[in-house]
Amino acid sequence: MSPARIVRVSGALVEAVPLEGASLFELARVGERRLLAEVIRVAGERATLQVYEDTAGLRLGEPVDLGGHGLTAHLGPGLLGSVLDGIGRSLAATAARTGDYIHPGITAETLDPERRFEFVPGARTGERLTGGDVLGHVEEQPGFVHPILVPPGLEGTLDSIRPGNFTVGEMVGSLDDGTKLRLAHDWPVRRPRPFQRRLAFDRPFLTGQRVFDFLFPAAEGGTVAVPGGFGTGKTVIEQSLAKYAEADVVVFIGCGERGNEMAELLSDFPDLVDDRSGRSLMERTVLIVNTSNMPVAAREASVYLGITIAEYYRDQGRRVAVVADSLSRWAEALREIAARLQEMPSEEGMPTYLGNRLGKLYERAGRVEALGRPQRVGSLTFVGAVSPPGGDFSEPVTQASLRVAGGLWALDPTLAHQRHFPAVDLEASYSLYAAGLMEWFANATHDDWPSVRSESLRLLQLERDVREIAGLVGPEALQEGDRFILEIGRIVREIVLSQSAFSEHDAASPLEKTYRLATLAHRAYRAGLASLERGRAPDPAALEGVGRMLASVRDAPFEDLDARVADAEAALERMGGGS
Amino acid sequence: MTAVGRTYRGASAATGPLIFLERAHRIALGEWVLIELEKETTWRGQVIDAGEEITVIQVFEEPYGLPPAQVKISLTGRVATAPVGRELLGRALDGAARPIDDLPAPVGEAMVPVWGAPMNPARRSRPAEFIETGLSAIDGMNTLVCGQKLPIFSGAGLPGLEIAAQIVEHARAPRGERFAVVFAAMGITARETDSFLRRFDESGALERSVVYVNEARDPTIERLLVPRMALAQAEFLAFKQGFDVLVIMADVTHYCEALREIGAAREEIPGRRGYPGYMYTDLAGIFERAGILRELEGSVTLLPVLTMPDDDITHPIPDLTGYITEGQIVLSRELARRAVNPPIDLLPSLSRLMNAGIGRDRTVPEHRIWADELYAVYARGREARLMASIVGESGLGKGDRVALTFADRFEEDFVGQGSERRSLHQTIELGWRLLETLPRSELIRIDDETWTRRDAQRGEAR
Repeated sequence: MSPARIVRVSGALVEAVPLEGASLFELARVGERRLLAEVIRVAGERATLQVYEDTAGLRLGEPVDLGGHGLTAHLGPGLLGSVLDGIGRSLAATAARTGDYIHPGITAETLDPERRFEFVPGARTGERLTGGDVLGHVEEQPGFVHPILVPPGLEGTLDSIRPGNFTVGEMVGSLDDGTKLRLAHDWPVRRPRPFQRRLAFDRPFLTGQRVFDFLFPAAEGGTVAVPGGFGTGKTVIEQSLAKYAEADVVVFIGCGERGNEMAELLSDFPDLVDDRSGRSLMERTVLIVNTSNMPVAAREASVYLGITIAEYYRDQGRRVAVVADSLSRWAEALREIAARLQEMPSEEGMPTYLGNRLGKLYERAGRVEALGRPQRVGSLTFVGAVSPPGGDFSEPVTQASLRVAGGLWALDPTLAHQRHFPAVDLEASYSLYAAGLMEWFANATHDDWPSVRSESLRLLQLERDVREIAGLVGPEALQEGDRFILEIGRIVREIVLSQSAFSEHDAASPLEKTYRLATLAHRAYRAGLASLERGRAPDPAALEGVGRMLASVRDAPFEDLDARVADAEAALERMGGGS
Repeated sequence: MTAVGRTYRGASAATGPLIFLERAHRIALGEWVLIELEKETTWRGQVIDAGEEITVIQVFEEPYGLPPAQVKISLTGRVATAPVGRELLGRALDGAARPIDDLPAPVGEAMVPVWGAPMNPARRSRPAEFIETGLSAIDGMNTLVCGQKLPIFSGAGLPGLEIAAQIVEHARAPRGERFAVVFAAMGITARETDSFLRRFDESGALERSVVYVNEARDPTIERLLVPRMALAQAEFLAFKQGFDVLVIMADVTHYCEALREIGAAREEIPGRRGYPGYMYTDLAGIFERAGILRELEGSVTLLPVLTMPDDDITHPIPDLTGYITEGQIVLSRELARRAVNPPIDLLPSLSRLMNAGIGRDRTVPEHRIWADELYAVYARGREARLMASIVGESGLGKGDRVALTFADRFEEDFVGQGSERRSLHQTIELGWRLLETLPRSELIRIDDETWTRRDAQRGEAR
């Protein structure tokens, strides 16, 4: 058979003949510069490939070589702290080769091939091993133990194993059938990594953002969609999650987003200290960066790469958070490729399989018992940002996300325009996990967490109704009770639930602080109601004082919390008696 | 092996800006093509779909009098390039880099490909240096920083281009001297170009500018080339010669229409409102070229101007732009009608990189809180204005009434500064003075510490 050659180049797509032996999603090298590509259609002897690099300059007649396997992630110690492009090339290694700009045709390893890790064996020679069993461990970062697992799918008796200082590519042991075991292994990114079984969503994924933790909590292992038009603060929320969310490992996927924002993350993260470990945030983070001007096919792949890396840490028994910004760019990459394939489009030109693929992606989240011994529980929480065109949530990516996500944190441009952040639409947002998490919150904080939460939700609903009426008749025409609802509702929204990501002491809110603030506002509400029942309108000046006190609780350093809360309680007394 | 100097006689078809070539060999995507008719007329083209059966070439000049069967098509074996360098400062060129200022053709210091490669995000440096534009609405509320891309969302008849010109006249880059402007005119009218260039000339900005002009009467498809040529120039000045470069592009809407024309001619499946599905990627390829590189001195800052069709911010052009750029400055017809100049509507306006450029050691320590408070009260005032139009001003609560008065004064004094140049400190002071017309209890974003500091400052001033 003659070697395959290019017969057409159109955008990110290349057609080549003869390639009748190609399989779907098989990797290939295209052209004289050997650009990485993936087979996405085979028709007779002609195959269509999507190219992960810039195709400009590809010439008809240049060769195409099949790789024999699909796109894989190279998984092993050293992933933490790294910055990868959409197909897993380390951007630092790329820069070392081609400088400030990315040029097509370069190869760069995911993991540093030179770096050595001290391997401590755990399994013994002669032991029967299956995929997921712990072979031993290395220390990936100071204080971060990284178990080395038998890759899923393998099985056999351990023939040899040795301690020592190894690179990720060196053999650390072998099975009786001759299979070599190393610190790193490859896994196809489009195939979910297997696990033992799924576990219940009974603990929260704490974000440090009051509006989420208090009103719309996500579960560990759950999924949340965050749709918001441009300028609604989506990116800031995603970055806050990456910084403050309770997770052992964070995989941040910058899919088709801004280069300067990535530069911001890269300059911030190494200097930010993770309160739990006392070490740099970068050490728990893997950044996947495929900015909007990088090749579109790699954008499509970047999300799969990120989630595969996350599953790998989940299998080690870690709590992993994946933040994908944004799934709309991912969907648009699908659309761009589908259009070039002349596929029949559905809504907004999106391919018909959009919902299907998105669903499969979301379903890779979960809290699970991992494969293998010793027993490990790990979780993968998935937060997917959506950038709806024109801010219109009826568009297909938002709708497809809502069908599968367990939570919705909807962002509202009106709030963002008022610089009310996080600009969460309290009416549209929801969490399907909330009911299942209340027991945890009651145990972990205070018994009345669930009741304070539900009464606060009711108050906010009431305030919305009153505001609607006020919009028609003017607040002056309202009854005293209704005016009070407006005032207290405003305090809850603007002081308890709003939080500036740039504030020195309030960028992240510990659970105790969230509880205290919410309870104080709730007590003010009850006090006001009690006073109204006695026929006296709550004193507006006192209410103002309560607002100011709450703001000072919010802005104070956490150490001063108790003192400030005491001041606020005194202000409450003045307003007309405690609860 | 590179194939150079291959020539074909006759294209099989031509439709609008495209010609189709059959059975071309070793042709490359993006390859630069010369189309000749008996040595007299030449068109420039570029391969946008390379195929053994059919190759599609997009023609940059208007295809008037182009007989597909009779032309000679030469494949050059290279991509589009343009001359760049300091020598071009003070020059005005057309979309083919030919001089339009009666001076000899520029040689430049280098010929570089106009289609740039993406910056390696790991090599980017975080933009954090404040550029003083002299406009309160920007410096105070939506601060521009070096390396940012901040578009102006204008409307038909609104002064988007004038505001861009005002910024060029007044802008003070952090490092002063090495400051250059690159202006790409895309499909705007001769009147607009003239008035823009005259202002440049009068303010002395022209000698540190390079101007690329593709007006409404010029070839439509050339419009796709002009911004890239301008950016190639900007990148060279910035990263080879250490300039802080401000790139103004107007009008992105015309650019997108040229893109749509190509898409339609290729019979592509259209996305929203007939614009191609890859418009996001295409625009990103332009806008993302703004930035700063870690180990180099200069910067590329981008101020594109676009016209929102029917003032609709959800139209695909402003919408996709807003998703790529780091914020937007939105103009309002209502403010323009009330003679507020510049008519910048602050509520939907935003600078995403503001926080990196403001605060202690950069502008003033309280900048963030100050701006948040102005925003909060102004937003409340605007809401109150809406409510007052239904229930009347007397139906408003006291807080709302105060906020409404504030909103009126804020628009008139703070936003509507006219053509005057304000320093940042004048802007901050004016903002404080407006805030101080309100009772302390209404200012919930300002903490006691900031308030006390401000009081002390005022004491000193007295």
